Formats: sequence, structure tokens, C-alpha cells
Amino acid sequence: MTRYLLRRLAGMVVVMFLVATIVFVIAHVIPGDPAAVMLGPSATADDIAALRTRLGLDASLPVQYVQFLHSVIRLRLGESIFLGRSVTQALAERAPLTLQLTVLAAALATLIGIPIGVLSAVKRGSMADQVLTASAMAGASLPSFWIGLTLIEYLAVRLHLLPVAGYGPPDAGILERLTYLIMPAIALGIPNSALIMRFTRTSMLDVLQEDYVRTARAKGLAPATVIFKHAFRNARTAVLTVIGLTVAGLLGGAIVTETVFALPGVGNLVVSAVLRRDYPVIQGALLVISGVYVLINLGIDVLYAVLDPRVRY
Amino acid sequence: MSDVALPAARARSASPALLLLRRLVRRRLVLISLFILLIMLVAALGAPWLAPYSPRKMDIANRLAAPSAAHWFGTDEFGRDVLTRCMYGAQLSLSVGFLVVVASLTCGTVLGVVSGYVRQLDGLLMRITDALMAFPDILLAIALMAALGASLTDVVIALGTVYTPRVARVARGATLVLRELQFIEAAEALGASDRRVIVVHLLPNLLSPLLVQGTFVFAFSILTEAALSFLGAGVPPTSPTWGNMIAAAQEYMQNAAWLILAPGLCIVLTVLALQAVGDGLRDALDPRLRRLT
Repeated sequence: MTRYLLRRLAGMVVVMFLVATIVFVIAHVIPGDPAAVMLGPSATADDIAALRTRLGLDASLPVQYVQFLHSVIRLRLGESIFLGRSVTQALAERAPLTLQLTVLAAALATLIGIPIGVLSAVKRGSMADQVLTASAMAGASLPSFWIGLTLIEYLAVRLHLLPVAGYGPPDAGILERLTYLIMPAIALGIPNSALIMRFTRTSMLDVLQEDYVRTARAKGLAPATVIFKHAFRNARTAVLTVIGLTVAGLLGGAIVTETVFALPGVGNLVVSAVLRRDYPVIQGALLVISGVYVLINLGIDVLYAVLDPRVRY
Repeated sequence: MSDVALPAARARSASPALLLLRRLVRRRLVLISLFILLIMLVAALGAPWLAPYSPRKMDIANRLAAPSAAHWFGTDEFGRDVLTRCMYGAQLSLSVGFLVVVASLTCGTVLGVVSGYVRQLDGLLMRITDALMAFPDILLAIALMAALGASLTDVVIALGTVYTPRVARVARGATLVLRELQFIEAAEALGASDRRVIVVHLLPNLLSPLLVQGTFVFAFSILTEAALSFLGAGVPPTSPTWGNMIAAAQEYMQNAAWLILAPGLCIVLTVLALQAVGDGLRDALDPRLRRLT
């Protein structure tokens, strides 16, 4: 296990090094002078030259690359052009909200996806299965921003059940804050629950065909016991895989959802940075979000071994 | 006697493509989906002739009009016909999807086959795909758009980069399985060159997994393109796409819900149909899965 962990950590370092390289490449394929692009057409030549110096753009590309890697290793992501603070600080301020949103959405997606997937597999071929499978497919085809806008229109604007958008006044309590996160979590959770549902269904179908499930049934065990104690326990690892896959969907979806609901999270930060061409912020967000993704996937691989005694590293 | 045997013999001699099509069409959902896709395609290609109005013709007196016989999907904030704009939007949204499929299938297949065939490169290439896949789709796409620009070509490059690693994974996996099979071994033993083995023996067998993957890439790129447009980082709003129509409609949503409903339905129906066809293809091509579901 320790050896496996060390090997995985080493692999993670390699992937993160490549991630950093990709981020560097993206920031340097910009046609023209990035400093001029960032400051816009009204900037003077002096301003542009000053920004070039500040961003270290005067050095040659290989030198810039080494400097970039060096600062990434020290977790120094530079200064935002527009926010007047460091990228690390800006990300840290926004991260808790995005974390809450993604955790809520993940919980929702799992709570909807797994029971429906199990039900659908157990009742395979029935009317219920067909309706559920079709709705899951439809759920995965809905753009999350469209779900969000529709929710705003009906739940907030027409029925006044929930606040329209934003994150409440600065002195709002936890419960009040939560009301602002309900619709975003639904908009983000639904497409992902569809993915989890389909995967749960397929892995349950696999397991339900196993001999030991037939044996359990033949022994006369209650159907619920067979399904949950025998079958689902063994489908769990597969489901874990898909929850890991949805992490990427959730982190990406948060970018869109936060924009729809005007939530001041990391996603919102990224979108405004893209629209203003605030490259240091874009770079920092790319690095941090992919780093989180890689870490979560490592955590999931470790969890496999915990959940399934057959997995030995 | 020979009368009875004849139809069976004829069925056996049917081409694999025809058999596949027959299996596909036998499923009602796939049939409906293919029909939906056909309608979308006709609407997109035939927009200049079939659309009731011009996509840019404004009619301020008639702005934000509800759906009626004259305007089936209503009109937008400039009085432009929403049905017409949805049809022209289909042109762009479907072209983006199609071009991304072509780009990512081409690059992904090359990368995947090289990776599965040239052991020395496998490690490096797969770590690069790992790294590219560590970014959520939309994040990588939007960052690339920030660097590239905002033209249709830029969208295709950005989304092509996002989906190439996924195709490469599938192509590599299939290549690794295939190259252990006897017919490849036999070809190698007969002295076929690597190029011949790849082109004549390997690629035709990669076709079906890649076809399935291509359908899903098509569906995902339509969704991601819509999200990019919605965020303001896609094709500029002067040319309608389903995504930027929804983005523009946000402000008027309260008085004119049809403005987000119509392009939204176009996206959902197309993506749904593509996914259903993808699923159908996979089941039709893989007998093991068909038994299960």
C-alpha cells in the first residue's frame, strides 16, 4: 500500500508538471503582446512596457518557463492585473463558496442517482426502468445553465420561493446563505445525477447476474437483503469511479452555474478573468482546479482499497 | 428446398453495415433519434430556403411577441423570428459539433494508435492526455478561448483539444487489445510492414469504438459550445448559435420565456438524440452489452 501510494504520488507530480507546462503554453500562444491585450486599446506604450516588466515578459521563453515553474513550486501564482491582490488570495477568498456548492451538488447528484440506478437495474426492462433511463438520458442532455435559468424563472421570479441570485447580504447567517445555494446545487446536480444513475444501473446489472446473487436468492433471502447486502456492496467500487468522474463535471459545471446565479465563487472569478484577459488569474485557476481534481482522484483510488478488500496494491 | 434456403443465404450475405443499420433501426428510441437528427440537419442546411424570415430582419413594432401562427417560436428583443434564428443557430451549432468530431477523431486516433503501437512513446503520451484531462472540459475550453480569440475556428480548436485525449484513450485501449490478436500477429509474421498492419488491419477494426466515441464527442461539444457562448467566450453574438441565443434571452426571460425555451429545446433534443444513437451503436456493435441491457 505504501509503495503504491508513493508511486501514485510520483505519477501525480509528473502529471502536475505537465499541467503546469500546458498552462504555460496556453498563456503563451496568445497572438500578439499579452500585455497589450490585457491593458486594452487605450493603454500607452509606457503602461504596456511597465506591465511587460512586471509580468517578466521581457525574458526569453525558456527563461520565462523556468521562472514560471519555480514560482508554481513555491505556490506563488502572481498578481491579478485587475483585482489589486495576489491570485492566491483571490482564489482563497472565493474557494469556500465553490466548495459548498460542489459538495451540495455532489450530495444531491449521489442521493438522486444511486437509488434510481439501483431501482432501474432491479426492475430491468420494466416501464419504470424505461422511464427512469430515458429521464436520466434527458437529464444528461440538459445544459446546466438552461436548468438554472428555468429554475430562476419559476421558483424565484414567479413563485418567490427562493432568492433569485447572488449570495445574500454580507451579514447573512448560514441558513440564509443555504437558501441561495439550493437552486445552483439543483442546476449543477441534475446533469451529474444522470451520469451517476446510468453508471449505477450498469454496474448493478453486472453484479445481479453473478452466481452468488442467485445463490442468495435461492437461499430465500429477502429481496432487499440480496440487493443491498449482496449486490450493491459489490457495485460500490464502480459507483465510486463514476463519482470521481463527476468531480470534473462538477468543477467545470460550477464555472457556468456560478455565472448564472451570480455567485462570487472561483468559477465566477475565472469567467470574469477570461473576459478581462486577466492571464495570471486564469493560469492560477487552471493550476489549482486541476490540482484539486488530481488529488481527489488519488483519494478515490485509495478508497477503492478501503471499500473492496479484493483490491490490493 | 432451395426456395426455403434462399432467404437465409441472402440474409447471411448482407453487408456488415446493413446488418448494423438493421439492428439500430429495430430499436424505437434510436429510430426516433435518427429522425430528430435528420430534422435538425434539414433545418440547418435548408435554413436559407426553409426559414420563414431573414435571421437579421428586425421588426421593432413586433418585438418580444409570443408564439403565434406567423411566428411559431415568437420573436426576440429586436422582433427577429426565433424559429428562423434557431434554424440558423443549428447551422453553427451542428458545424461546430461536426468539425470537433473530425478534428478530435483524427488527432485522437493518431495519438492513440502511436501510443498503443510504439511502446517508448506510450508513457509520455498517456501522461500528457492525463494532464489534459485533469482540466474540466469547460475550463480548458474557456482558457483556450481566452488565448485564441473568438472565431468559429478558435471554438473548434479549443473543443478539439478538449476532446482529443478522450478519443486517444479509446483508440489506444482498442489498439492494445487488437495487437495481441492472432490476425495481427499473423500479418506481422507474414512480413507486413507496420504501416500496412496499421492501415489495413488495425484501423478498420478501430472504426466501431471510434464511431461510438465520435457520437458522444458530438453531443458533448454541442453542450460545451453552448456553455462557451453562454459565458460570452464563444462565437460572437452577431451570428446566432443556440448557446448565445439563450445568453441574449436572459434579460427578457420574465416577459418572454419562449426565448430560452426554443433554443434550449433544440440543444436538448439534439444532444439527447446523439446520445441515444451512440448508445444504440454501442449496443449493436457489442453483443455482450446487448445481452445485459
